[in-house]
Amino acid sequence: MTKFIDLTLSGISDGAVYAAVALALVLIWRATRIVNFAQGAMLMITTFIASAVISSSGSYWLGFAVALGAGLVFGALVERVLIRPVESAPPLNAVILTLGLYTLLVAVAGMIWGNTPRSFPPAFSLRGYSVGGTRLLFTPNDTFIVLVVIGVAVALAALFRLTSLGLQMRASAFAPEVARLLGVRVARMFTVGWALAAVAGALAGVLVAPSVFLGPNSFDPILISGFVAAVLGGLDSPPGAVIGGVSLGVALSYVSGYAGSSLVPLAALVILVAVLMLRPGGLFAASAERRV
Amino acid sequence: MLKVEELTTDYGPVRAVDGVSLEAPAGTVTAVLGANGAGKTSLLRTITGLVAARSGRVTVGGTDITRMAVEEIVRRGVAHVPEGRGVIAELTVEENLRLGGLWRRSGAAPVSEIYELFPRLDERQHQPASRLSGGERQMLSIGRALMGRPEVLLLDEPSLGLAPVIVAQIMAMIRALADNLGLAVLLVEQNARSALSIANRGIVLNLGRVVADREPGELAADEQLRHAYLGF
Repeated sequence: MTKFIDLTLSGISDGAVYAAVALALVLIWRATRIVNFAQGAMLMITTFIASAVISSSGSYWLGFAVALGAGLVFGALVERVLIRPVESAPPLNAVILTLGLYTLLVAVAGMIWGNTPRSFPPAFSLRGYSVGGTRLLFTPNDTFIVLVVIGVAVALAALFRLTSLGLQMRASAFAPEVARLLGVRVARMFTVGWALAAVAGALAGVLVAPSVFLGPNSFDPILISGFVAAVLGGLDSPPGAVIGGVSLGVALSYVSGYAGSSLVPLAALVILVAVLMLRPGGLFAASAERRV
Repeated sequence: MLKVEELTTDYGPVRAVDGVSLEAPAGTVTAVLGANGAGKTSLLRTITGLVAARSGRVTVGGTDITRMAVEEIVRRGVAHVPEGRGVIAELTVEENLRLGGLWRRSGAAPVSEIYELFPRLDERQHQPASRLSGGERQMLSIGRALMGRPEVLLLDEPSLGLAPVIVAQIMAMIRALADNLGLAVLLVEQNARSALSIANRGIVLNLGRVVADREPGELAADEQLRHAYLGF
């Protein structure tokens, strides 16, 4: 029973990271109908920047803040410089561009920081809580991860539901032409969407880096899990991304705990294929309501 | 007031709007009539900048808006209610309305003013717009356009798909908006009879060109024109 609870808890923590990556993918998908394959590489860069700031300043929190700020700027920059020029072209053009960006960023990171993965400090201890003499997988740092991701999800929900910026972003995503006719600066909303997405990605990067180490390709598996989580949640819905991420984290944690960790990538793939075959709109799809 | 001079628009090799000139003075309704494909919708889309004009000029109160971006044209007081109404189904009635006034910031019409005009919307404030009937959607999209306190209102087929009773209500309301708010209304319609019943002027388009620009009474009296272009 303790093992079950422990696997559930650490699954929630893994899932929170997937949820953050899924949010990054969903925010871009619903604004611009592009799957951002460069997301993993973008968060790798921001995490390297955080690592550099932490080692030169000695402050984890300064590095944490710089990573998020760098994500914000990086996301906006990618949208303005790379995506905007192909906005009216078929979406595939932009998708290929993100693949190109991925390759470029991985190569550049290798040139600057080398290809040997390095360690990255956690915010809090990585020693599991001790309950009645047994040490759990779940650590104080996991508590931090879960709380931060919940905080970001709630903040995003509040932004979308309660602010006029959020209203304009939703309108731009659902009906860009109508939004323009109502005076919404739709292109600017897309930039904001990319910037916010990159912040969520940067967050996932610094949260997961202590357990995967930091190298140019360290985050590729996280991007795949994040993608599965996003599809699970319907690709279109931020709450779906969070629920999809956490469900996936818990499911993979059970597979790892009861069937062996080598089966985890296979299990993720099986879940992805199953969802695409049985519920292609995702488990929490809003698409049924979206027919007008 | 809205003034269009020698406006021409191409879609690739097809000339959709061909040297159209018209005036829509404040406080009047100008009906733009014609069959499917006559260029009515293209004319409106060119005026609001959704499609780039090839040549010609569009001015609002003397300001040239021909080459401006859509968002800027909206900020010059031009509101365009697109064909199919353009209600955003995923947003609530109130969110749709608020969206229409955001660019005006504090200068926007209060939502309560729109609810006074359309009590039906008031009852449905917090419902998603997807639940509204066709007539209610039309009221919502017109109400939403009014949130930005426009001077020029472009309406694309507001009667489309509505029952005759509702069409009469909507037309009466459009007339009232021109009379009471001093709006310059450009009303694109296939339902020529309804549109002419409230219009100060009627313009007939065919293949992108103006074939008639007259008083509504004169248009309705010209049997040849009616049969050829207006379908009644």
